[in-house]
Amino acid sequence: MDSTDERILSIIEKNSRIDAKELAVMLGTGEIDVMNKLQRMEEEGVICGYHTMIDWDKTDIEKVTALIEVRVTPQRGKGFDEIAERIYKYPEVNSVYLISGGFDLLVTLEGKTLKEVSMFVSDKLSTLDTIIATSTHFILKKYKDHGTIMEKPEEDGREMITP
Amino acid sequence: MTVLSDKTTGLKPSGIRKFFDIVSEMKDAISLGVGEPDFETPWHIRDEGIYSLEKGRTFYTSNSGLMELREEIAAHLKKTLGVEYDPKHEILITVGGSEGIDLMFRAMINRDDEVLVPQPSYVSYEPCAILADAKPVIIELKERNGFRLTPEELEAACTPKSKILVLPYPNNPTGAVMTEEDLKALAPVIEKHDLYVLSDEIYGALTYTGKPHASIVQVPGMQERTILVDGFSKAYAMTGWRLGYACGPKEIISQMTKIHQYAIMCAPTTSQYAAIEALKNGDPDVEMMRTSYNERRRLVLQLLQEMGLPCFEPEGAFYVFPCIKEFGMTSEEFSTRLLEEKKVAIVPGTAFGDCGEGYLRISYAYSVEKLRKALQRLHEFVDELRA
Repeated sequence: MDSTDERILSIIEKNSRIDAKELAVMLGTGEIDVMNKLQRMEEEGVICGYHTMIDWDKTDIEKVTALIEVRVTPQRGKGFDEIAERIYKYPEVNSVYLISGGFDLLVTLEGKTLKEVSMFVSDKLSTLDTIIATSTHFILKKYKDHGTIMEKPEEDGREMITP
Repeated sequence: MTVLSDKTTGLKPSGIRKFFDIVSEMKDAISLGVGEPDFETPWHIRDEGIYSLEKGRTFYTSNSGLMELREEIAAHLKKTLGVEYDPKHEILITVGGSEGIDLMFRAMINRDDEVLVPQPSYVSYEPCAILADAKPVIIELKERNGFRLTPEELEAACTPKSKILVLPYPNNPTGAVMTEEDLKALAPVIEKHDLYVLSDEIYGALTYTGKPHASIVQVPGMQERTILVDGFSKAYAMTGWRLGYACGPKEIISQMTKIHQYAIMCAPTTSQYAAIEALKNGDPDVEMMRTSYNERRRLVLQLLQEMGLPCFEPEGAFYVFPCIKEFGMTSEEFSTRLLEEKKVAIVPGTAFGDCGEGYLRISYAYSVEKLRKALQRLHEFVDELRA
């Protein structure tokens, strides 16, 4: 991983639609070089996907996001990995993190309604053997996500022309 | 008796102002005309400003500025340029770098002394010199020299009345920088004519040569005849805080402080506290912004090349200065038509001196998306002109 790799990642993390040619110009290197680097980092799993940030609140489509803290009993020889896998395989689960502190796993989940999320927690999550306790927090408003401030409109506060 | 001062009414109206008035009528235009960073001030710096207000630090500071800030500046200059300044007597905190320019002229000029102003350059040297009763002498910089000032050009402009040489590098609007060798070559001419130097290094943190910015004060014998003007606006994206500093020999700084004391009292207190944080912990921000400007600089140069507009490769600041002489129009005509026909606002080179004729100043302190869109329109415009 060299400094060009790092800049490629920083730039595409903010704007994944920028093309290899433009990246090459900006970084003062060749297009082929950038394409090779992108491909290598994709293969290594450093680049895991090219997603789009959507503020669903601005649409009329109902979405509910919840953060669920989960306490589990680690299993001998497997630690938390097996239970984490059982959880992350559900497509409605967005992310699963192993965390320090009072709980073990932090799960984020997306559903259409409060009821749907609640049902998932009570029917699927809580009934798993090794799960001791869950605590569900519904997200009321997203202020900032993945480094992007949701509310703020894009505007240039500068004068049009200055010396 | 007339109401107004002849000296003031006689000043040329700023070329930028004229263009601004046209642009402000067109709300949907894309502007590449701004001479300030597109970044907001890094949050930790703003936070220190806010904290100073919460703590009730709302009083005047000493005329010269907070001692802690002057000490940080001295340490910063030691680290970046390897030069020593006494924070007590040789550093003055000013309202932006531009106040330092005005103060130096007023502290040093006697009627009809000559101030040597290389152009194209920032708009305020010439009027400030006139307001200080000096006679500005313009040195026309040449693209073939990379818009650098050569010893021959300096020698040719010197007279027995020459007193101050303005060294505006890294340069707005051309983006030119002076290397250590270029600066060393000027020193004998400066000494021969006993000149003082106003070294405006406000863009010093923004160079893309791979080498650190070089300053005239690093050349032996030059520090004692130089007022170094710098500030926080460009390096730390703090234009609205209005904070700069001037460093130089005690005898000059003390006279500049006297004028500053009567005219200004002290630079804004909140800004001074924020600036301490900038110097202490702002290096990674400067590096991040510099990297980002450099990427956009390369992109803009590439896009200009694709449309066949010749452009000197700038190595500092955040401007490119392409040549439009092939179209046989003045810079102002070109800019005005571009604005009317394509709704893109680019400042004509003549706003920075008559010798900016035939050039445009494009600022790349804009998002990549905006740059691409505006330059696409410029591309269409030049294609249509050539058709």
